[in-house]
Amino acid sequence: MDTLSALGDGFFIALTWQNLLLAVLGCFLGTVMGALPGLGPSNGVAILIPLAFTLGLGATPALILLTSVYYGAMYGGRISSILLNIPGDEPAMMTCLDGYPMAQQGRAGEALALSGVASFFGAFFATWGLVLLAPQLVKVALLFGPAEYFALFTLAFATLGGVSSTNQAKSAFAAALGLGLAMVGVDTQTGVPRFTFGEVHLYDGIDFLVAIVGLFALSEVFIFLEHRSTDADAAPPKVKIGRITPSLGLIRSCLPTMIRSTGLGFLAGVLPGAGASLGSFISYSVEKRLVDKAGTFGTGDPRGVAAPEAGNNAAAGGALVPMLALGVPGSGTTAVLLAVLLSLNITPGPLLFTQNPDVVWGLIAALFIANVMLLAMNIPMVGLFTRVLLVPPRILMPVVAMVSFVGIYGISGSSFDLLVMIGFGVLGWVLRKLDVPLVPVILGTLLGNAMESNLRRAITIDNGNWGTLIDSPLSIALWTIAAIGFVLPIVVGKAMKRRMRMDAEGALRD
Amino acid sequence: MTLTLTRRALAVAAIVTCGAFSAQAQGFTPENPECIAPANPGGGWDFTCRQVGKSLQDQGLIPSTMQVVNLAGGGGGVAFAEVVNKRNDENDLIVAASSATATRLAQGAYPGNTMDQVRWLASVGADYGVIAVAADSEISTLPELLEKIKIDPTSISVAGGSAVGGWDHLKVLIATNAYGIDDVRVVKYIAFDGGGEAVTQLLAGSVQAFTGDLSEAKGFMDSGDVKVLAVLAPERLGGQFADIPTATEQGVDAIGANWRGFYAPGGMSDAAYDYWVDRIGTLYASDDWKAIMEANGLAPLSLQGAEFEAFVADSVAQIEAISRQIGIIQ
Repeated sequence: MDTLSALGDGFFIALTWQNLLLAVLGCFLGTVMGALPGLGPSNGVAILIPLAFTLGLGATPALILLTSVYYGAMYGGRISSILLNIPGDEPAMMTCLDGYPMAQQGRAGEALALSGVASFFGAFFATWGLVLLAPQLVKVALLFGPAEYFALFTLAFATLGGVSSTNQAKSAFAAALGLGLAMVGVDTQTGVPRFTFGEVHLYDGIDFLVAIVGLFALSEVFIFLEHRSTDADAAPPKVKIGRITPSLGLIRSCLPTMIRSTGLGFLAGVLPGAGASLGSFISYSVEKRLVDKAGTFGTGDPRGVAAPEAGNNAAAGGALVPMLALGVPGSGTTAVLLAVLLSLNITPGPLLFTQNPDVVWGLIAALFIANVMLLAMNIPMVGLFTRVLLVPPRILMPVVAMVSFVGIYGISGSSFDLLVMIGFGVLGWVLRKLDVPLVPVILGTLLGNAMESNLRRAITIDNGNWGTLIDSPLSIALWTIAAIGFVLPIVVGKAMKRRMRMDAEGALRD
Repeated sequence: MTLTLTRRALAVAAIVTCGAFSAQAQGFTPENPECIAPANPGGGWDFTCRQVGKSLQDQGLIPSTMQVVNLAGGGGGVAFAEVVNKRNDENDLIVAASSATATRLAQGAYPGNTMDQVRWLASVGADYGVIAVAADSEISTLPELLEKIKIDPTSISVAGGSAVGGWDHLKVLIATNAYGIDDVRVVKYIAFDGGGEAVTQLLAGSVQAFTGDLSEAKGFMDSGDVKVLAVLAPERLGGQFADIPTATEQGVDAIGANWRGFYAPGGMSDAAYDYWVDRIGTLYASDDWKAIMEANGLAPLSLQGAEFEAFVADSVAQIEAISRQIGIIQ
């Protein structure tokens, strides 16, 4: 009850004209930044910090502005994933898998609206989770030592098979490539540079944003260039936008997916270091295992859009738990928010809820407000967004290339990153030609470092004893799930494929 | 008569002061002051640039807005190389730096660059190192912890937020070395991504001790979750930190400050160098800056010009010696 009255006070703080205007502004800017390839929530928030300071905002209004940007970017990331097959930010990567095929089938409007609803669902219930469970969840985060983290990341990779390709070997190759790329840079456990060739730009490793924009956005441009002289000048494909509101039936059929994904995403967000990308990824792969009986995931299944979107938005809410309660950021964006809090003379940590209740509850109320606003803002704008599809590729592609270059240069101010991005563009083009899925490459790059460091931390702490990896009930449970997730599809998958083939032949005959 | 005399004296004084002032102002005024933050927005270097830039302008110490440019990469190495190679003669440029810069310079992690290729301006504060254990730990003083490490190094895992060879690691090595453990390589250091993660693992019980900055441990100290064994400062800090014993008073002669400050291009003119040293020094002495330091958990560290240059040279030499000992550099 105390919690609810505190939340009431929070709404009282948040519901002023100034704060509402800031929330609208934040949501709008966030959506735009999320949609632009390269600019994700963490850069979006970082870019707007000076604005918050210049306006001379107090702690609560500044946080309202910045968290609105955060949630807005989480919403916005899906737009370019669905329309262009270019993820607007890291967590939106999984949304490409089914969102883009839906758009190609003329269901772009539906995909966008459905993903908006799923985002709302995930973020809304994650915020409730934050309200009700934050103190308890901190204990969950404390159960995870290095050994448990390693098991968790292994679980993520074990369920990778077949997520984005029908060919398991190619998925595995792509994941290995990603893991290899993650090794570039100074090794934190020994301080020795690896694969940097004496190039100081590589000491920090490869920035995933550079890799993502190169692999997805630039390779798209290269593919376009390749086909330019042949079929691009031919009659442009007729793009259908389809209905822009999802039917209630569609939402209802996706509801169980959204509920499961919200739970998984939220938990992934709560774990420091796991974050939204893992949330959307685990949501998608679990959902594929559970409900994809007919093998439609990856070909434009609405549930494949709902799962990652609910998952990554729930993770965004979950990531605030360790940030507020422990002062430990659960993701890149919360790391930036943490820096903002510190500069506002607020120390996040175990005492934040008692020392600065106005800030915490004002912030949480703002999250609810931002969420409702984003839903209200996003559904009517679906029609507008989908116009992007009507832009002919010969105009769209140069714009994509320009935005990619400006976006990446804007973040790091380094021309070396642009070269790396072009390199990744070429790599992406080659991989696409070979029909190697790109998503596992990014996942490997994204999670590889954390996975390796946690393995080595665990082993070092236990003086080289590998038994430490299966030393707690939690890690044993995680290993079991990972093993089942890996083996089951191999055993069951064959039978399933055979049945599917028969079904398909049956369908053809009809 | 007396009146005229006084007046004349005042006038003379005024002229002299004005003269001194304008002489300095004539010497150099930046047209487009610029501060390079060698990291992405949001980090410590970024905030050093932005906060100092904003305060300098607020107090009218610089004529126009300080432009902050983020030039990330190589742990500051990209920015260092850029300044040395391309912008060596600029007078309007300052660059944010910290202990991490000195550490990397000492370990040769900026290939081909050394500390005397740039001019060191001034410090704007320091975040002193702490060594802490969980609140329920049986260890309650720094010598107790170090004794345990001395007897059986494998029994104590020390977590910190920097990479191996980074500043958090070096701090604990400085302390163990001062305690009389000669081969500091035996100290079991576990690197995490940031101090927050390292403290969390201390609370989770995965590790036995934590090395980091005071600002990282503050929240957990207030809540009673961690016990700070020692602060690596020359003397006890003021205010709410007055209860924390220093390492020195426990017989371990170790000081570790994560300082924040600035360097400027090596080819900067003397007039411009003096200008920046003076302006940052004036800012440091202001009450506004004291409030900002307090808000950000920074402790006093006032070093300007040649003094600062000598301080950086000392810390580079010390870090180099330890790094050689632990085999980070050959």
